[in-house]
Amino acid sequence: MAQIVVDGTTYEVEEGQNLLEAVLSHHLDLPYFCWHPAMGSVGACRQCAVVEYANEDDARGRLAMACITSVRDGMRFSIEAPHAEDFRKSVIEWLMENHPHDCPVCEEGGECHLQDMTVMTGHASRRYRGAKRTWENQYLGPFVGHEMNRCITCYRCVRFYRDYAGGTDLEAFGSRGRMYFGRAGDGVLESEFAGNLIEVCPTGVFTDRPFSKQYTRKWDLQSAPSVCPGCSVGCNIFPSERYGDLKRIHNRYHAEVNGYFLCDRGRFGSHFVNADARLRRAGVRDAEGVFEAGGPAPALDAARAALGAGRVVGIGSPRASVEANFALRTLVGEDNFCNGLSARDAELAALTLDIHAAAGARVPTISEVETADAVLVLGEDLSNTAARVALALRQTARGATFDMATSAHIPAWQDAGIRGHGQHQRSPIFIASVLPTRIDDIARNTLRATPADIARAGFAVAHVIDPDFADAATDHAAFVEQAAAALAQAERPLIVTGAGCADAGVLQAAANIAWALQARGGDPALLIASGEANTMGVAAIPAGLSMDAALEAASSGAADTLVILENDLFRRADAERVTAALEAAGQVIVLDALETPTAEAATVALPAATYAESTGTFVNYEGRAQRFYRVFEPADEIAPSWEWIARMADAAGRNDCTWESTDAVLQACARAVPALSGIAAVAPAADYRVEAEKKIPRQPHRYSGRTAMRADVNIHEPKTTIDTETPLSYSMEGENTGGQSGAVVPYVWTPGWNSNQSVFKFQQEVGGPLRGGDPGVRLFDGGAVGDDLAARFREAPDAFSANGGYRLIPTQALFGSEELSARSWPILERRPAPCLVLHPEDAAAVGVEVGSGIMSPRLASSFAVRTHERMTRGSAAVVVGYAEAPGPLPADPVNLVPDPGFVEIAGDPNVIARG
Amino acid sequence: MTQRPLTERPLTERIDWHGHVGIDAYEAGGGYAAARRALTEMTPDEVIGLVKDANLRGRGGAGFPTGVKWGFVPQGDAAGQGPKYLVCNADEMEPGTFKDRYLMERDPHLLIEGMIIGAYAIGAGIAYVFLRGEYFESYSALDSAIRDAHERGYLGTGVFGSGFDLDLRIHSSAGRYICGEETALLNALEGKRAQPRLKPPFPPASGAWGRPTIVNNVETLCNVPCIIANGAEWYRDLGLTDDAGTKIYGVSGRVNNPGLWELPIGTTIREIVEVHAGGMQDGYTLRGILPGGASTDFLVEEHFDLPMDYGAIAAAGSRMGTGTMILMDDSVCPVDLSRNLQHFFAQESCGFCTPCREGLPWLEELLTDLEEGRGKHGDIEVLEKNGAYIGAPGNTFCLHAAGAIEPLSSALKYFRADFEAHIARGGCPYRAGARQHGGNGSR
Repeated sequence: MAQIVVDGTTYEVEEGQNLLEAVLSHHLDLPYFCWHPAMGSVGACRQCAVVEYANEDDARGRLAMACITSVRDGMRFSIEAPHAEDFRKSVIEWLMENHPHDCPVCEEGGECHLQDMTVMTGHASRRYRGAKRTWENQYLGPFVGHEMNRCITCYRCVRFYRDYAGGTDLEAFGSRGRMYFGRAGDGVLESEFAGNLIEVCPTGVFTDRPFSKQYTRKWDLQSAPSVCPGCSVGCNIFPSERYGDLKRIHNRYHAEVNGYFLCDRGRFGSHFVNADARLRRAGVRDAEGVFEAGGPAPALDAARAALGAGRVVGIGSPRASVEANFALRTLVGEDNFCNGLSARDAELAALTLDIHAAAGARVPTISEVETADAVLVLGEDLSNTAARVALALRQTARGATFDMATSAHIPAWQDAGIRGHGQHQRSPIFIASVLPTRIDDIARNTLRATPADIARAGFAVAHVIDPDFADAATDHAAFVEQAAAALAQAERPLIVTGAGCADAGVLQAAANIAWALQARGGDPALLIASGEANTMGVAAIPAGLSMDAALEAASSGAADTLVILENDLFRRADAERVTAALEAAGQVIVLDALETPTAEAATVALPAATYAESTGTFVNYEGRAQRFYRVFEPADEIAPSWEWIARMADAAGRNDCTWESTDAVLQACARAVPALSGIAAVAPAADYRVEAEKKIPRQPHRYSGRTAMRADVNIHEPKTTIDTETPLSYSMEGENTGGQSGAVVPYVWTPGWNSNQSVFKFQQEVGGPLRGGDPGVRLFDGGAVGDDLAARFREAPDAFSANGGYRLIPTQALFGSEELSARSWPILERRPAPCLVLHPEDAAAVGVEVGSGIMSPRLASSFAVRTHERMTRGSAAVVVGYAEAPGPLPADPVNLVPDPGFVEIAGDPNVIARG
Repeated sequence: MTQRPLTERPLTERIDWHGHVGIDAYEAGGGYAAARRALTEMTPDEVIGLVKDANLRGRGGAGFPTGVKWGFVPQGDAAGQGPKYLVCNADEMEPGTFKDRYLMERDPHLLIEGMIIGAYAIGAGIAYVFLRGEYFESYSALDSAIRDAHERGYLGTGVFGSGFDLDLRIHSSAGRYICGEETALLNALEGKRAQPRLKPPFPPASGAWGRPTIVNNVETLCNVPCIIANGAEWYRDLGLTDDAGTKIYGVSGRVNNPGLWELPIGTTIREIVEVHAGGMQDGYTLRGILPGGASTDFLVEEHFDLPMDYGAIAAAGSRMGTGTMILMDDSVCPVDLSRNLQHFFAQESCGFCTPCREGLPWLEELLTDLEEGRGKHGDIEVLEKNGAYIGAPGNTFCLHAAGAIEPLSSALKYFRADFEAHIARGGCPYRAGARQHGGNGSR
């Protein structure tokens, strides 16, 4: 540590840190543009000028740019010196020469960092008399709008897009005062992280297009702390609402999980909340099969009857909260509860929990992923299943350049210097996958094989590291040797795998590698991307029935009623079996937010709240239970699932489901399920208060129009809903200072900092934990000590064989494979065409070519053909999660034949450009 | 081995004899003997020591001691794995400057020999000439000279039969003034945007492709062979003042004999202008000079007896820069000249940092307003204040803007009345008064 003096006050700072970060870490106000906490300093904007004094006697000092000034013990600075203030004002004056005065009509207005900095520096009158430069804007796709005239040339966009996220289709063009930031021509931004440009841009050049279509000022948005339902990473998000619509998603900083960035599935995948296909009213199907949305009373009456007659089986869901699943399990009893995962997913999830329960391999946070010094990705196409991890791996790859920079005395924040010095040096990353991945460019070597052969290669890697581990013959000896050597030499080796290719052998192989490293004295980390937002949470709840058993119970008549919680069973099991079960069951009670094929078969439908309209808990891949809070009160008859379950139970005269709040359900769950006992501490209780007994407002204090916004419906201002469930209020009254628990920060704002840049005032230090602690509680971390020999997997799976047919391998699309986000309209625009990928010679053998149609008697519909020469002969990769292939693929080989009548469904060709 | 004659013009004497110097003529005059000696008889440290001892300073404008710069390059194991690079900065784009071009077009082997010695001294196996794109003739002269040198074993594997290998290539630049800044040059060489780099790291530690790199100006490298051939003391004695060697001085403007001359460093401005450039043309009076190219401060009558060396010119508030001076006579409007220069510098800004990218066009705009009769009271103060902020080294990312402001701030100092007259008279007095200067006015 070092001591520096800023404007007469002494501060403890980290030696060698840049001064800007040092003073922001002490929550001082110093304007900046080009510096970004996750991207370091480049010294482009010259906005963060301060006066640096040579010593105590130096009264004049000289101007220095804080972001590129390394602090050393004893240094003296002034932010407030008139000279520094005047220079900073000049910088704004230069930037504003060409900036349009369109704040009143600019989407960024009210949360514009440029606006804030202009006010902060005091530049208020215009002296420049010249014409402003103007530009033509580009169409950049459905996610991101472009308004170049507003650009202040801070270079953040290209630094994020190219340097940080590895994109190639956004560039800085031109020179001098004519810099242009865009693509070579109009077109969809290819990076799946493009949406971050919206938050990275300090002004309104890159804007949220879906939000622009239903625009609301930031100060009129009601927000709450939430968790992305898009995948198993559990990125923290701020969803925002106005007029009953979910308007947009912004990043919610979490030091260990998502940091400052989200993927575009997370950012643009929540518009399903506003979908026309929402279930809004409760209803009952009569004896003739006619469905009538008659409201809660008849629906609950029907439910009462069903619950009172015969055996009731409940099917939970990995996209529903822990609370909703536990409520259902309480309603039907453990013996009659199924966790809602497909047979294969349930097997993988249980295996994941077993592996993490055994000693030897830590489960890394995303921030730990970035510090690994050798990585093996086994089988998982991260960019399409857990994209935020892929973004982290891009930073991991740069680790080698940071080591080089350290020995060359280049500070860690000197971004361009590190890139220039390290050039193309990369930490060793090896990727084994079925198809090419979007992070292959950072891989030292790649392996393309079927999941079975990837698993065998993984076993072989473990065996090379420690010969006591089971071996497997493999055709990929060079890859195996290289990966094993890199992992064995590393100080912080990391193995990443996941449920994406639906293969237990791959997970076993990954675990074996981690344990082999541990057995050799290493400190490995093992990340298993577990699939959906709450796969880990629901898998941790003991269930008496598998999916097959639950469906069998219904079709055989052993069960009379099915209660299906936020789950489309056609995505979980073979369509014929699901149909049989739904038809055989006497009553099918479906709780869901959206109309689904399963909901269409309901005899009783209950409209469930989405994550944005309810409070609950998800458990992510790293065993982190995280609380999401209701952003707004649901409309119509919509209610959280646990509440419907409680009401059904009440109607049925039960007295064991009498919870009155989400917390009550969660506490009951923590008591009843040992694996989830830690979950009780996930978030502060409803009576949590920070100061002066004030609740925490979901609305900023400038929230306007409350008395008018419903005037078209009713001139009387509605009563504010009192939130008795949480420490948050549906109000602008209260305090959101950042001093509260990190779990209950509903938005970031501090005086003078209206943009998302204000997050530093909510952090203990720049890039550090939130002042009130990072949200969530880890239920497992794989950190058990010892060498758990019993857990080792003794036998590698058999090598791939298609037995003359074609074995179907699931592959995922970031935009399209996940059920809820696929019903968000911006995501739908980016969905790749439903396709099936073959080896070119297999395509020829079947008699199809790229773009023509292919089908199988075992698949619900036809697919467009793609080819890739590194596909294994006899294997076929199919994009899953689509209506065309909603459920698990057949495990045994199938026949493939041409579909001459096929018409390709349009899709975004940029996403899976395969073949 | 032919002994090089002791000369007072080691850089240009062969050109005077031959016009264009081919490899035979170059060798006949003692060429490549210095490189041969350095590579076969001297250690790299001895070469560096000799160049330090000779007090050779960079001729590109900054005047940094060349031997000291070479000494920053890590040697042996400290250099790590991979090549080291010597890069010749031949991106000569300073307005009024044409000295490097002269050397490369007329005597390319001198540069090649200097680069062989420099590369040997720092242990660089690869050397580039980063050449201004418009210098077609320099390109072809260098290109054939490099071939000739290769044929004789002076480049390539085992240079002069020593164990030293050197691959010398020409990189024809896409053309930006900023490529004269050595780190922008390196970015351009790597195929990146020509933007300067943040320092540290400095190129000797981390330059081209992250490897130790020395960037030297053409004229600087051309001075090296004669130092090796004739020794440090001889070289130091060439200078008339504290600085060593000769300097190629140039004059452009309304003189009788514009051109360039190799003269002992420290020759006075007055001698260069009146003796070598033949004095002012009839009817024109010299008002000020930009001593070392467009990016240096004006000097005026009171300075004309100063020696043109690094120290004296700096003491007078300017820089010797490239040593090729632009003369402003009394027919030229200082405001219009300033506008022209600011237009150039604004055009050539790389666009990276705010004060340069946005500040210089504003200055150009204000000067255009003054020139075209739209000037307002207070404009001069805005020019001054912005100039002071933009021009202070450290306020901008590199020294481009500082160089841009030097002629403007000094014009405001020495020719302020002209600026004021533009506002008072609502336009440029020189346009109306052009006739007074024989109809050969500034426009």
